[in-house]
Amino acid sequence: MTDEPLTRVRITSPRTLAARSRSRRSNAAEIDALTRLGEVYVQSLMRAQLRLAVYVVLLLAGTLGLLPVLFLVLPVDHVHVLGVPLPWLLLGVAVYPLLLALAWWYVRRAEQNEAAFVELVERREVSP
Amino acid sequence: MRELTALLAVIVVAAATLGVGVFGLRVSRTTSDFFVASRRVGPFLNASAIGGEYLSAASFLGVAGLVLLRGVDMLWYPIGWTAGYLLLLVFVAAPLRRSGAYTLPDFAEFRVESRAARQVASWLVCLIGALYLVPQFEGAGLTLSAVTGAPTWVGALLVAFVVLVNVVAGGMRSITLVQAFQYWIKLCALLVPALILWLAWHHDDSPTRNLHSSDWVEPLQGPHAAYLTYSLILATFLGTMGLPHVVVRFYTNPDGRSARRTTLAVLAMLSLFYLLPTAYGALGRIYASDLVASGRTDSVVLELPERVLGGTGATVLTALLGAGAFAAFLSTSSGLVVSISGVLSQDVLSRRFGSVTGFRIGGVLAAGGALLLAAGTQGLPVAHAVELAFAVAASTFCPLLLLGIWWRGLTARGAIVGMVGGGILSGAAVLAVMVGVHAGGWPGALLAQPALVTVPAAFATMIGVSLADRARVPLHVGRAMVRLHLPETVEVDRGSFQPLG
Repeated sequence: MTDEPLTRVRITSPRTLAARSRSRRSNAAEIDALTRLGEVYVQSLMRAQLRLAVYVVLLLAGTLGLLPVLFLVLPVDHVHVLGVPLPWLLLGVAVYPLLLALAWWYVRRAEQNEAAFVELVERREVSP
Repeated sequence: MRELTALLAVIVVAAATLGVGVFGLRVSRTTSDFFVASRRVGPFLNASAIGGEYLSAASFLGVAGLVLLRGVDMLWYPIGWTAGYLLLLVFVAAPLRRSGAYTLPDFAEFRVESRAARQVASWLVCLIGALYLVPQFEGAGLTLSAVTGAPTWVGALLVAFVVLVNVVAGGMRSITLVQAFQYWIKLCALLVPALILWLAWHHDDSPTRNLHSSDWVEPLQGPHAAYLTYSLILATFLGTMGLPHVVVRFYTNPDGRSARRTTLAVLAMLSLFYLLPTAYGALGRIYASDLVASGRTDSVVLELPERVLGGTGATVLTALLGAGAFAAFLSTSSGLVVSISGVLSQDVLSRRFGSVTGFRIGGVLAAGGALLLAAGTQGLPVAHAVELAFAVAASTFCPLLLLGIWWRGLTARGAIVGMVGGGILSGAAVLAVMVGVHAGGWPGALLAQPALVTVPAAFATMIGVSLADRARVPLHVGRAMVRLHLPETVEVDRGSFQPLG
């Protein structure tokens, strides 16, 4: 997730046979051929994105989703904020900034996940 | 005078829509024009277009009516219709765009590689679309009769006529700009009168009569209130992603990343809009509580100016609200009829007719069928009728999309059995409500809000049948996952799927 540009290093080898060997195949080619390695790459991205999505849903369930239970259990009906009963204020107004904040955070993190994946796939293997 | 001004406003909106339809015929000649013309559209414009198509009669009139009728618990409707986009964002938006599908049947065929699954999805699009059309026509009739005194069938026929002319002419949906404009019209048509009415209320020494009855102001008062609320939450949160006229708009995003940003902008626009119906509902409680007794709560938005202000101001505001409401019916109905007739012509009629003829016949069938249904189901609150469409979408397309995008194990058989099962369960409940079955106690609650039962049932069926059918996991599922999830910047083979569109 670093923003500094990576300087591209060209590695050449006089031993062309070795250079063309399977171990030097690019990651994109691994994905194209749907090899075990390619599948692992795809799965890593899917898992990261799914984990993020489930995390957002859990946050939603733990806040918004608990409101009906909260209204049942706690005597919030007679609490007034700014002259408005608390349930009305929560459901009529406060919910929307929460939804927006969750969505904004998700978009940022999902794009970061993808950037990390692109970096991973496009990095050439450099043997020491 | 009041009737004339309002009628004029409605006619202007209808004529403008017709004009756009005819103009659309010149601009979009081929199917690919129709879909691809707006591929360079940015997230802001695209989000306005989605909002313009999405905010329907239920949002413009229905929510305020339900708040007036039943109070704070009804605020979950607009919350659900907004939060549905959050779930669509985190699970569906980018992968759906990357799939390249124009429609939900396209997605079904792409993912489980089965024509049969495509057919099932097509019939479900027709069912959900028709269910969603009914309240639009109902709301149109109600609006026209509230602002001009015409019989209710006139408004329904007027909307059906304008929409059909549009569909036959070329489909107004081809023009993203117009749909985007519709959002801002609707927002202004609801926002400006709200501000003026609020000032008038303030000027009137801020009366709070009728606001204190505990079954209206306090949450979860009625029988089975907790079940009803959670079932409503499930249906609306999960149903949005399965609406046929919403999905196609995602294709106009250039890539998955901008599909996400578009969804974020949609959330912001809906949040802004949905602050308003609550205000109308509460003001209605103060100034128009007799509508509850006369069963006309859905027209509270339209009747408030006359009751709060009177005089010329009321005439102008009523005309503005009537025009905004008609804009809502026309844009949503057009989107729905175009979606249904597209699916009908691709998968049902085109074998017998040419594709353009099929498209037109499909439009007539969709609008005609919904008109008949609307005539048979008067008296159902508009917002509740729309919510039933959400329940069916949440019990059929939501599992298809979620499992199809995130689970390799989904098979064609699992998808078909799950969609049919979820469709039958939720459809039966909808049918019972529409023909007027009045059951008390738990059966009544289950029929009114079926989602909390039918959605888990549909998921369980789809997963269970797929597991039993493990040997027949689609052949190209690996490639499909690459296509759905990898950012477009990575150059890889994404398979050869081309949507029918």
